[in-house]
Parts: sequence; structure tokens; C-alpha cells
Amino acid sequence: MIEHIDSALVNWSRAQFALTALYHWLFVPLTLGITFIIAFMETLYVKTGDPEWKKATKFWMTLFGINFAIGVATGIILEFEFGTNWSNYSWFVGDIFGAPLAIEGIMAFFMESTFIAIMFFGWNKVSKKFHLISTWLVAIGANLSALWILVANGWMQSPVGMHFNPDTARNEMLNFWEVLFSPVAINKFLHTITSAYVLASIFVIGVSAWFLLKGREQLLAKRSMIIAAIFGLISSLFLVYTGDGSAYQVAQKQPMKLAAMEGLYEGSEGAGLILLGMPTPGKEINDGKDNFVFKFEIPKLLSFLGYRNADAFVPGVKDIVEGGFEYEDKNGELQIALSALEKIEKGKLAISALSDYKKAQKLEDVVKQEESLNIFRENFKYFGYGFLNDPKSIIPNVPITFYSFHIMVALGFYFILLFALVLFFIFKGKLIDKKWLLRLAVITIPLAYIASLSGWVVAEVGRQPWTIQDLLPTVASVSQIDASAVQITFWLFTLVFTALLIAELKIMFKQIKIGPKEGGH
Amino acid sequence: MFESLSHLVLQQYWWIIISLLGAILVFLLFVQGGQTLIYTLGKTDMERRLIVNSLGRKWEFTFTTLVTFGGAFFASFPLFYSTSFGGAYWVWMLILFAFIIQAVSYEFRSKPDNFLGAKTYETFLFINGLLGTILLGIAVATFFTGSEFSVNEMNFSKWEGAARGLELALNPHNISLGLAVFFLARVLAILYFMNNIDDENIFSRSKKQLIYNAIPFLVFFLVFVIWLMFIDGFAYDPVSKKVSYESFKYLHNFLQMPLVMIIFLLGVVFVLLGIGKSIFTICTKGIWVAGVGTILTVLALFLVAGFNNTAFYPSTYDLQSSLTIENASSSKYTLKAMSYVSLMVPFVIAYIWYAWKLINNKKIDAEEMNEDIHIY
Repeated sequence: MIEHIDSALVNWSRAQFALTALYHWLFVPLTLGITFIIAFMETLYVKTGDPEWKKATKFWMTLFGINFAIGVATGIILEFEFGTNWSNYSWFVGDIFGAPLAIEGIMAFFMESTFIAIMFFGWNKVSKKFHLISTWLVAIGANLSALWILVANGWMQSPVGMHFNPDTARNEMLNFWEVLFSPVAINKFLHTITSAYVLASIFVIGVSAWFLLKGREQLLAKRSMIIAAIFGLISSLFLVYTGDGSAYQVAQKQPMKLAAMEGLYEGSEGAGLILLGMPTPGKEINDGKDNFVFKFEIPKLLSFLGYRNADAFVPGVKDIVEGGFEYEDKNGELQIALSALEKIEKGKLAISALSDYKKAQKLEDVVKQEESLNIFRENFKYFGYGFLNDPKSIIPNVPITFYSFHIMVALGFYFILLFALVLFFIFKGKLIDKKWLLRLAVITIPLAYIASLSGWVVAEVGRQPWTIQDLLPTVASVSQIDASAVQITFWLFTLVFTALLIAELKIMFKQIKIGPKEGGH
Repeated sequence: MFESLSHLVLQQYWWIIISLLGAILVFLLFVQGGQTLIYTLGKTDMERRLIVNSLGRKWEFTFTTLVTFGGAFFASFPLFYSTSFGGAYWVWMLILFAFIIQAVSYEFRSKPDNFLGAKTYETFLFINGLLGTILLGIAVATFFTGSEFSVNEMNFSKWEGAARGLELALNPHNISLGLAVFFLARVLAILYFMNNIDDENIFSRSKKQLIYNAIPFLVFFLVFVIWLMFIDGFAYDPVSKKVSYESFKYLHNFLQMPLVMIIFLLGVVFVLLGIGKSIFTICTKGIWVAGVGTILTVLALFLVAGFNNTAFYPSTYDLQSSLTIENASSSKYTLKAMSYVSLMVPFVIAYIWYAWKLINNKKIDAEEMNEDIHIY
């Protein structure tokens, strides 16, 4: 069914997707969050008529515009890359995956780009109220686009609402609402947008803190900080809540990812949550080495968070590869887990049954068709495993997943503390004296980006080797191109995106230095 | 309201939507055309600034339409998405790079400390205008000229063309449509400037340039269309689904679908009228007439490519691998669900129209460039 795939091709294709996605995500979260901060400010301007609020609105809007342009530039490639580099994937699940992408365009992108035009060019052309509505619509449009692409991503992590049609050899949608309201998708959406609000809040606080350190723009900076700190604090509390929801979903739907996030090789009942630790470098299953060089953990917390039961069994990497442990299936019945090898065998049965079905169809052999279909249906659950050969290939990169997860979580809690401190000193009227806090706020800006990117690394590296969980691995998703062609585009993207990033940063720094103008721009 | 429709009717409905999006996209490529004229029409800094700002208020519509066109094609005809994008890798990658460098250029061009310099961003805009139009034209031309690929029994496709799509750029018919789109985009841009910029010098240069660009457009367009009327097309049998060559297929399609022929002829007349009136009279509304004409013409060409039992993405390597609106489409359920979403399109067009009018109620002029608004 799939001819021999060059592993270099898969690796370069993955590298290219990772590169373009991470570059895109450098710009998106600020857009998602700062549009709301701008909308809050403009609302205050329209309510109070205070020109200082307009000045603040326009200043942040300028930074938003610069950031938005490069977000758009890095975004277009992601949509088309599903076709150019993952063409088998595009067919295999396009019937489900294409819909949210189309809806994103029709519903969200047009709204965003149309009202951005009014937001930027309409100050003297439309009424104050209409301008304000446009600004809000930009924020809503940006967040709606996030909804649809994250629904699409959520579906890859936990495919629902579809069935496999052997005649077209692809998955087809059965229930749109199940796809849209899948708990994984909803958690992913809420967790991701709130993380974006946190990042944007930290950006605004950090830039404002820099003004205060320089003794400039005091009113604008303080006002911006109040809005951003409140927005950031509320968002980050919600972020903890949705983070817990996301981890719970991972435990149910992607136990291997959970094991990798925690560096858990051998599962146990009442498993602890690692607070701080260093997984043993080069560790493999059954090599007799300790899991960790050192670790501090909170006993039983992982079992509780993952299964809402402090004594629940959390399978480790080794358990999932070797099988044999008990788990509850979605009907609440106890099952014994299969080993990866057994799953691979079943997957291969499904693939060859599908191929037999196709042959029987050509020969118009009805009996054989029915027989093949039965074998296919019995084993379809493990279809994707059939493309794999080595049981260990279902293990993602544990250290990368582990460190990304822990960096994200640790920084997330640190941000809550920062927001609280900023608010506390603002209301005490002592913020300007707290130089250390202002400096801390400035250097926290890059940390917000690190936390945000780490989140995506956990989500995407942690689910390897799957593009669609259990149904399609990367090796079967990739377009059949010469690895060298993908290598060339990879380096082209690296060059172009890096140049644009440098340009963006230089322009941003310059605009911040210039600061708000009377009237803006 | 879509519940009772058959799969075939839904496929046709979606082909119309794709055609309409494609048609609107070609019209909006006037932004790209204009980007190749910045130095031709703008001789001073202020003139160039007017041109860039005039285009800068519209580029996102084109960009968003392209993205939506891609998304809608993916959702409705995923086999085209997987076959063409994964196959003609270099053509699509070049198109994408051309749009990536465009997206930042407006915003970055006039900002201090912009690393690459204003000239570089203007060059990016030029490259986008040149490659974006020609390559999109070439890609659309393959709907009639075909490509070399095969699709196996699992519907996984394989590109057989040696140069991963670059070979398509060597076909003279593809090139003629590519160049027709390029010059059309420039013509539309000129008409747009005549309507949108309040500057005498730009206006008089535009009028002169209009003739220089209209002539090559007409030549390349006519060459392509006349050739199209005489070639063998890719027909499929509605019952057996077998694909075969049919003489004069596209001419037959026009004759057998008189409504499409009327749309096409009306479109061509409108384009000519928009150009003619702008050359010979003081009319500045040519963009609207030629714009509607462009949309009608391209719409008709797409319909001729996909309707009346025609394979819209033919394979010259293996005829039976050719894609038709029947074998390349999404399932009935997905098309139905997406059809409900498509009901939003008129609403979207309405608010875009409204916003466009609000921003355009006054022509852009030198005075406005000094106001406290967002300037590129």
C-alpha cells in the first residue's frame, strides 16, 4: 500500500513542519491576546473620552500591526503544507480535517482582515462607536480562527465523529458536532487561547515596565500594566484549570504522551507527579537504568490528576509497549492492554484485509469482499500500527517531552506570581520604586515565549509517531518527494523566516523606543 | 435545506463555490499587478507612497481569499489538494514563498530600522506580483492541459512529472494563461489606481500604461481561449466513470451549457468595456466594470473545466487517474455540513463591501499621507 519510505524524507518533512509551526507560533499568541487588551483600552477611551486612552490604544495597535503581518506571512504556509508535504494525510482525513480549515477562512480570516482595515485606516472615516466595534471584531475574528485550527489539531490527537469508508479508503465525517465539541478540542482551544492572553499580558507589562524604568510614559505604562495584570491574572488562573483538563484528556486518550511528559518508564499505582527532575540520559526501556538522575515528586498526584483517583494505575512507557496491564475502556469495562507488537500485527491484518477487499472488488467476488471487510473492521482500531515495524517506534522522544512540559508548567506558575506582585504594588502605589520587579517584568517577556512554544512541543513531540492518534503515523502521511527537495525548502524557510524575524524584532524595538506619539503612528 | 440534495448536486454546488472563489481571487490579484507598477507609475517618493498605501489597504483581501480558496478546496475536493499540492511541489512552494514575502512588506517597508531596507521590501512586492500571478495562471491552466500523476487504489497519489511541477511552466499553453493573468492583474491595478488615487501624474501615466498592458493581455488571453476551443478535452462517462479524450470538448461544454457561455461572453465584454471606457473617456469606474467582467470570465472557465462530465484535474500520465468533481470530492455528509457554512458567504461579502466603501469613500491623496493614520 505504501512503498518504502525514506526515513530522511519523514524527518525532513517533520523538521520543516516543526520549523514553520514554531515560527508561526512566535507571532500568533501576541495577536490573540493583545487585540483584547487594545479593545479594552479603546472601550475606556470611548467611555471616558480621555485622549490618553486613545494614545495607549494606538501605541499597542502599532505593535500589533507589525506582529500581525509576520503572523500572516508564517501562517499561509502551514495550511498549504498539509497538501505539499503531507499529501497522504490530506486524503486520508481530508474529509474531516479540511472542513475546519475552510470554516476558519470563511468565518474568521475575513472578519479579522476586513475589520483590521477599519481599525487601522478608519479613525477619521467612521464613527467612534463603529471603530470600537471593529476593534472588538478583530479580536473575536482572531480568536475564532484559533478555535477552528485547534479543533482540527484536537481531532488529530483524538479522532472522533468519523468512520472509515473502505471504498474511498479514507476516514469520513459522521458527526460534525462531535468533532467540534470533542473534549480534547475544547480543552485544547481554551488552554491555548488563555496561554496566548497570558503571553500578551506579559508582553504589555514588560514593555510598560521598561518605560517606567526609563522614567517615560508613566501614565500610559501604569494604565497598561493594570489592564494587562488583571487580564493576565484571570487568564492564568483559567490556564491552570484548562491545563488540568488537558492533562486529564491526555491520560485518557494518549497515555504514551502522559508517560513521556512525566518521564515515567515503569507505571505504578498511586504515581507521583514530578516537581523537578532530570531523566537519565539515553534511558531505554528494560535497560536496567534508573529513570531519573534525581527527582522531587508529589506522591500520588499524577494518578489523581490523570484518573481522578489517587491510587489509579498510571501505565509507563514500558507498560504501553509491552501491554498486559488492566485499564477501563470507554464503556467502563476492564480490559487487558495489548502489547505494541500485538497491535502492529493487528494493524497489518487490517491493512492487508483492506487490500484484499479492493482486489475482491475488482474481481466482483462478493464473498471474499465480505470476509475481508470483517477482518478489516475487527482490526481497524489498530490500523495505524500496521505501518510500523518496531514496537519501540511508538515511543516519542521522552527527554524533550519531559523538559518542555516541566518548563511550561513551572513558568506558568511563576507568571501567576508575577501578575499578583505587579497588581499588589500598583494598588499600593509603590510599583515605580520596585525596580527589581520592573526589571523582572522586562526579562519575563522571552520566558513567556519559551513557555508558549514549549506547550506546542509537548503536544506535538509527545504524540509521535502519530499524525492521527493510532490511525496514521507520520511515515504513512508524508508526500512522496525527494528528501533533497524538502531539505531545500527547509533551508529556504529557515533563511526567510529568520530574516523576517530579525526585521520584526528590530522594527518592534525601534517602535517601542519611539514610544507612543500624540495621536499615534 | 441541503438535506434532500444528492451527492452529485452537492459536488456541483461546491464546484460553483470553488469557481466563484477562484474568480474573486483572480480579480483581487489587481493588488499583485499593482505591485509590479510601483516604479512605472510612481516617479517621486510621494507618488510611490500613494501607490503602496492604496494597495496596502487591499492586500489582505487578496491574501485571505487565497487562503480561503485553499481551505475550501481542501474541504470539498481533498483529492485535488493531496494530488496537486503534494505533486506539483515546486510550483506551489514558489507561489507560497511569493506570498510569504508579500505579507510583511507593506507593514515593514516604511518603518525605521527595518533590517532589509525599503528597496528590498519593494522588490518582495514586485516578486509577489510577478510570480504570484504567472504561477497561479499556470496552475489553473493545468485544469485544461493536464499533469503527470497517478492515483492508486487507496487514493494515494504519486507525481510522475520529473521536475515536481516545474515542468508545467514549460508548456506554452500554461505560459500563455500565466501571462494573461499577469497582464490582466496589471490592467486591473491601473483601473484601480485611476479610481482610488487622487493624483494627476499617476492618473495620466496610468492611462498610458493601460494600453501597453491591455494589448499583451488580450493577445495571451485570446491565444489561450482559441486554442482551448480546438483541443481534445478530458471527458468522463457519467455511468462507467471512464475518462477519455474528446475532440473539441471545451467548445462542446460551452455549447452544451449555454448559460456558462453567456456568462463567459458577458464577462469578456465587461472586461473590454471597462478597459475601453477608461482609455477613451474620462470614466474612472473601469475597475468595477472590468472587475465584474473578470469574475464572470474566470467563473465560466472554471465551470467549463469541471462541469458537463469533464475531468477538472486531468492526468496525462494515466487518464483513469484524472480527478473529477465526483471522484475527488468529500463525502456527502461533509459537503452537506459545509454547505450550511457556505450560507455565511453572502454575509461575509456584504460586510467586506461595506467596509471597503467606508474606507474608500474618499480617494487617497497626498494630504492624507500626512494625517495621523496608519501609513505604510
